[in-house]
Amino acid sequence: MTARDDMLARIRAALADHPATPTVPREYHRTLPDADVVGLFAERVADYRATVRRVSPAGLPGAIAEALRGRVVVPAGLPPEWLAAADVEPLHDDPPLSVEELDRADGVVSGCAVAIALTGTIILDGGTAQGRRALTLLPDHHLCVVRADQIVGTVAEALTRLDPSRPQTWISGPSATSDIELNRVEGVHGPRNLAVLIVS
Amino acid sequence: MSHPTFLGMPPFPEAAKEALANTQQRANLAKATATIRDKRARAVAEMPDWEHLRLAGAAVKDTVLTRLPELLEQLEERVTAAGGVVHWAADAAQANAIVADIVKAHDGREVVKVKSMATQEIELNNALAAHGIDVWETDLAELIVQLGHDLPSHILVPAIHRNRSEIRDIFVEEMGKVGRPAPDGIGDEPAALAEAARLHLREKFLRAKVAVSGGNFAIAETGTVVVLESEGNGRMCLTLPQVLVTVLGIEKLLPTWADLEVFMQLLPRSSTAERMNPYTSMWTGVTPGDGPQEFHLVLLDNGRTGTLADPTGRQALRCIRCSACLNVCPVYERTGGRAYGSAYPGPIGAILTPQLRGINQHPVDAQTASLPFASSLCGACFEVCPVRIDIPDVLVHLRAKVVEHKRGHLGTEGAVMAAMRATFTSPRRLGAAQRLGALGARVVGRRGRLRLRGPFWIRAWFGTRDLPAPPGQSFRAWWRKQHDRS
Amino acid sequence: MRVGLFVTCFNDTLFPQVGRATVSVLERLGVRVEFPEAQTCCGQMHFNSGYRPECVPLVRRFADVFAGYEAVVTPSASCAAMVRHYHHVVDPAVAVPKVYELCEYLIDVLNVTDVGAHFPHTVAFHATCHSQRLLHIGDRPRRLLEAVDGLDLRPLAHPAECCGFGGTFSVKNPDTSTAMGIDKVADIRGTGAEVLASADTSCLMHIGGLMSRQGNPMRILHLAEILAATK
Ligand code: SF4
Repeated sequence: MTARDDMLARIRAALADHPATPTVPREYHRTLPDADVVGLFAERVADYRATVRRVSPAGLPGAIAEALRGRVVVPAGLPPEWLAAADVEPLHDDPPLSVEELDRADGVVSGCAVAIALTGTIILDGGTAQGRRALTLLPDHHLCVVRADQIVGTVAEALTRLDPSRPQTWISGPSATSDIELNRVEGVHGPRNLAVLIVS
Repeated sequence: MSHPTFLGMPPFPEAAKEALANTQQRANLAKATATIRDKRARAVAEMPDWEHLRLAGAAVKDTVLTRLPELLEQLEERVTAAGGVVHWAADAAQANAIVADIVKAHDGREVVKVKSMATQEIELNNALAAHGIDVWETDLAELIVQLGHDLPSHILVPAIHRNRSEIRDIFVEEMGKVGRPAPDGIGDEPAALAEAARLHLREKFLRAKVAVSGGNFAIAETGTVVVLESEGNGRMCLTLPQVLVTVLGIEKLLPTWADLEVFMQLLPRSSTAERMNPYTSMWTGVTPGDGPQEFHLVLLDNGRTGTLADPTGRQALRCIRCSACLNVCPVYERTGGRAYGSAYPGPIGAILTPQLRGINQHPVDAQTASLPFASSLCGACFEVCPVRIDIPDVLVHLRAKVVEHKRGHLGTEGAVMAAMRATFTSPRRLGAAQRLGALGARVVGRRGRLRLRGPFWIRAWFGTRDLPAPPGQSFRAWWRKQHDRS
Repeated sequence: MRVGLFVTCFNDTLFPQVGRATVSVLERLGVRVEFPEAQTCCGQMHFNSGYRPECVPLVRRFADVFAGYEAVVTPSASCAAMVRHYHHVVDPAVAVPKVYELCEYLIDVLNVTDVGAHFPHTVAFHATCHSQRLLHIGDRPRRLLEAVDGLDLRPLAHPAECCGFGGTFSVKNPDTSTAMGIDKVADIRGTGAEVLASADTSCLMHIGGLMSRQGNPMRILHLAEILAATK
């Protein structure tokens, strides 16, 4: 008997009393009716001690230019006009950058797939302007551009917009730890600086 | 490199006695648990639908348990279709052998590891060490425990028993022995200590070929595995190495992708008391050109099916390891986690460990048998549990298992219980016992307080407490007198 | 309404004054109280210690003894919780009598908060775990105490913390139980109150035992004794 058969047989035996499968009561809130999701998102991201700025589409290149310097990782599909005003050395991931190159980069600029207002969360799924996961992990500074129409109210709404087959990173503020006396310290292994530009 | 183990720990009351004498640890724990308790209360109070989320969370997990065979098969099918390899491990030895074989087939010398309760439960680090494989714990608290040659004492913050200056000393002393030393002249500010960990671990992340992780959730419908973390060490391990091995308890499933809408709300607020933890990674099998190109999922039983077989005890398998129950537990707060003698401390440990060790099927060792009694049944744990595990109910249920196994060998305790049952099934005998007590009280009473010597129970009470002398007249005697007169 | 007093084996034997006070409060409010003398114990100690079979006859006896009563009143929150939550677990076939902890009966059934008591002292109230988390009696004790003439209620800093008694926990884990109790004692002393009160004498016996051993006993009363006090 394989371990697989053995385990499945034991599970079936353990359920010999045929416990009923419950109906899941889903009375929790799936949406945030009447909320200013963009305002709430900005407030909640800022609570994590990330830098948040709201800009107009026309003001975006200028805001990006102010936030970045040095060698900056640029994921595939990033709109070229985003970097039009920036005085940076772009690092393109084609051919793929080595981990050492990524580690030495000064920053990374990306878009996102979805953002959640209630929790101040940005979700990357490797799509356009996001790149593979390592790109937004190793550089110490992450500048993320979020369009207002990408912001939803709740976790439930975000999940319906996401494709589970894509690798995802949910980001809520900069890297942090509370492991020393449960005091929160921002910045351990992930990017220690997270800056968010909300375009609306 | 060998790692300390929980094997050979004394029963809870003795281990607790020792822990209680450690005043530094008690101060550290009291401070840390008070902080996180208040934070959690605030994070939860913000959610008007919290009770609805808890009800949904419990029901989703019960759904998983009742449909476990089909959901596991579905998960296996989806992970395999997405390019992963699924392994089944009936016990710790099988799981450890599977992981060791995978590591040896690749780099063979070292692995980086994301904090995981399942791998602690199976003592994977020791098993890999026996194969000459170095294991680098990368979670800050796990690193502190590992460098300190210590045992973890909390699910979420394994080094909760250490304060900043102890951590500084461990870093200064130990980091250089296994890699990049702590910066010269490092102080004990948490930010400086976090920076030291960042520098120390970075070279290990960048060169590692194999990573080992646990998982918070696995979605049967899609084959997606989910890991929540804070520091970014998880992302490093889950993204940079070429090979990833995830060890997952079979109860960690969720039926559907949409079920995450419940758990991605319940877990962060219950655990780190945040609206959302800094980082969550989700992946499905292998993604060409992004992250590990070889993914192994090890499904672990190791006592879970035995737990599932107990209709009262099986609710312990709903646990999402948030550690809220530890943080509110007045016993845990004072004894710390190591007194529980297992990877799972606190209230959840007191009901899960004995079941994983087979208490529902057969007699267990004295340490394991002591765990269900390590509670005053105050009920604070149930109040905070995001999946509504009625821990006090299960504790009392498991106490009955312990007594059942010991029938015929219950000693004085059994004799006392039998005598009391006999007394309480007859008001006449109760009255007689009360009159005897009153008589005794007049003989030994001293300043209205009793001090007695005798069997263990008596000594245990009078070690630190007095007892008022029994009154001269019981209530029933008074009542009878009143009503005889009238 | 036929009201039966369940005095509890513990109060019957060790704290008969609590039973007498309960009778006195209820009678003052016009309730005719009966004390069925066949009563003994609710089985809580056996149940919580894992002695299930021993518990079964106690649970059945309880149901038989109180079968004719519309309400059973008890001055013990933990015994009330045992009956309400666990008697049907011990024996699913048993008809569990309707049991009220004293505060519940006064407020929910009699609809009184001012029971006409007079007690000119400062009081700290220990809200026991079973009264709060199993019975959910909430602020009922506070409302009753605040209505007592002359009484000055002093709040604890950590009212929700367990005192560490826990039945046989107090002797099976004496060191942890004591550590918890000592913290509770410090909290109580911090209130500066003259009197400590509670709805469970068992916890009071533990707390009082620690205080006495510390050589600094405090006046300890069951809530019923305060409610029974008059000018
Ligand atoms: S038992 Fe409940 S509160 Fe405790 S760790 Fe598990 S999920 Fe969290």
